Amino acid sequence: MPIIEVKDLSKVFGKNKKQALKLVEQGKSKEDILKETGSTVGVNRATFSVEQGEIFVIMGLSGSGKSTLVRLINRLIEPTTGNIYIDGEDLSKMDKNALRSVRREKLSMVFQKFGLFPHRTILENAAFGLEIQKVSKEEREKKAKEALEMVGLGGYIHQKPGQLSGGMQQRVGLARALTNDPKVLLMDEAFSALDPLIRKEMQDELIDLQSSMQKTILFITHDLDEALRLGDRIALMKDGSIVQIGTPEEILVNPANDYVEKFVEDIDRSKVLTAQHIMKRPETINIDKHGPRVALERMKEAGISSIFVVDNSRNLKGYITADDASDARKKEVKDLKEIIKTDIPTVEKETALHDIFSIIHDTPIPVAVVDDGKLKGIIVRGSVIAALAGDGEVNLEHA
Amino acid sequence: MLNNLLDFVPEIPVADGIDWLTDEITDMLSFVFDPIKEHFGNFMEFVAEDVLMVIPPVIFILIVALIAFFVSGKKFGLAAFSIVGLWFIYNQGHWDNLMNTVTLVILASLLSVIIGVPLGILMSKSKTANAIITPILDFMQTMPAFVYLIPAVAFFGIGMVPGVFASLIFATPPTVRFTNLGIRQVSNELVEAADAFGTTGAQKLFKVELPMAKSTIMAGINQTVMLALSMVVIASMIGAKGLGREVLSSLQRAEAGTGFVAGFGIVILAIIIDRITQNMNKSKA
Repeated sequence: MPIIEVKDLSKVFGKNKKQALKLVEQGKSKEDILKETGSTVGVNRATFSVEQGEIFVIMGLSGSGKSTLVRLINRLIEPTTGNIYIDGEDLSKMDKNALRSVRREKLSMVFQKFGLFPHRTILENAAFGLEIQKVSKEEREKKAKEALEMVGLGGYIHQKPGQLSGGMQQRVGLARALTNDPKVLLMDEAFSALDPLIRKEMQDELIDLQSSMQKTILFITHDLDEALRLGDRIALMKDGSIVQIGTPEEILVNPANDYVEKFVEDIDRSKVLTAQHIMKRPETINIDKHGPRVALERMKEAGISSIFVVDNSRNLKGYITADDASDARKKEVKDLKEIIKTDIPTVEKETALHDIFSIIHDTPIPVAVVDDGKLKGIIVRGSVIAALAGDGEVNLEHA
Repeated sequence: MLNNLLDFVPEIPVADGIDWLTDEITDMLSFVFDPIKEHFGNFMEFVAEDVLMVIPPVIFILIVALIAFFVSGKKFGLAAFSIVGLWFIYNQGHWDNLMNTVTLVILASLLSVIIGVPLGILMSKSKTANAIITPILDFMQTMPAFVYLIPAVAFFGIGMVPGVFASLIFATPPTVRFTNLGIRQVSNELVEAADAFGTTGAQKLFKVELPMAKSTIMAGINQTVMLALSMVVIASMIGAKGLGREVLSSLQRAEAGTGFVAGFGIVILAIIIDRITQNMNKSKA
């Protein structure tokens, strides 16, 4: 069962809500609805679900409705229609008391400008969530200290937020959210106010923390690089609607429409695409069955000057060149083992394109993609360049 | 010819109506007003004559100087001014008047704060309350202060009690306005943070909004105290004792000197109270 499930969630700001909603259902655009009714559609029939332990990124430019969407999920903004299920319970139908206990126990939020209380110390800030649940001072401070330790702020607990740098303040924001031990973390542009170096550091730390805590995280950002780094899956928003949901690769490689395509146009594809996206099916010969003659024929057929050699269970053994094979045939050598070369450049399936450049630069033969010693595919220069240009054949069936 | 257009309705008896209303209220609510007049009047007399005047002036001056010293961050300026200023009032033979004035100002301010802060909170939370109370506050602040004296006398007779009543009307608005403003100014993200962690309304108010609005509210209270002090002379016209009465009587007798001395006493008191309340705000913020 998904931890967060959102169904047909819409938010209309303005007066003619009913009329605007009708137009929303008819699938009219945000602009048309504004013209016809004077109402603004903040979120337009958003539907998605997030699984336990997943980092789900909602990404869009300012005005796309992403911040509204995250606030609909803990009802800081009341939805106009639609349902929000947290852990199977429908939040949208809850009364105030039930909503309050869900906010206390299951949802925590981290804010763009940190949202720390300036009149409270770091420790008191981190303990806030438990304080309002009337947890004893001793207990809540113990938990708050643990959370602060976790984000690397053990030594600053008696300072006020104003005395800390932006990055440290957001660590406090994160610690405050973690003290409650919630199921879900809602992070609204949590790192956007930080400078680029600190931002990257925080992203890395979040990934580290996540690997040990396994929370369900809903992360809002306008930064595609951030989305690609953090997201297990990404939802792209435009004008209040979700235009595509997918893994980072799916979004990059297979944009759902022109908008998404334009969005991902500028991204550094070499950091996102990996060997498995650009590898081709290799021509091979079997060291246990074939000799130089078959090798030469296959190379001629495929128009290549070298061929990879594998054994019966496709373990990569090496390669032979056309010249060697032809010499061998003239000298009537039968066994491939005598002419095989083993200095093969190899990469893993998950190796980023970025790291393949230097390897492929130094080698005259294709790079072999191996998984556990088995040959999975080959990469030639042409496919690297094509992938970077964004129009190469990219295979998603491996992704 | 054209004037006839304006005259087509005879004079509306607004003044008579208000006279009637005041009489009715006085009659109907005399069971409320009379005990207030009696008990609160006695209480004020007790504070002025049996508490403040019993304290030896030296001790009183020292206490004020000590408070001044500590709230101004252990600096001597304000403390020294308090000692010299209060000694001057004592020297001029106005000590008892000063004590009466202090009683009036402090009680009126205290009541203003007790009424004003909750009203301000109400306004910040409710659009309706805001829409209703705002014009009333405008009315209270722009109506000439003398006008309040008339119903005050009707309700409470003459003396200190109607003086407090008139001060209350005149001095409460800043506390209400600044409390409202202070709470509304709390940044949206902090309010969201409080909500997101599941605060109740009261928790949000006491743990986030009021602490954040404190310095704004204190600025409002400072204004309230100053306005209450400025009502001292006006309140003396309906029999409130104190420095104001000296100013009024020297006006009636055309004694410039006595008038100046009493007026200067009010100025000294104003400066001391103003600086102390302002510094309380700074040192805590």
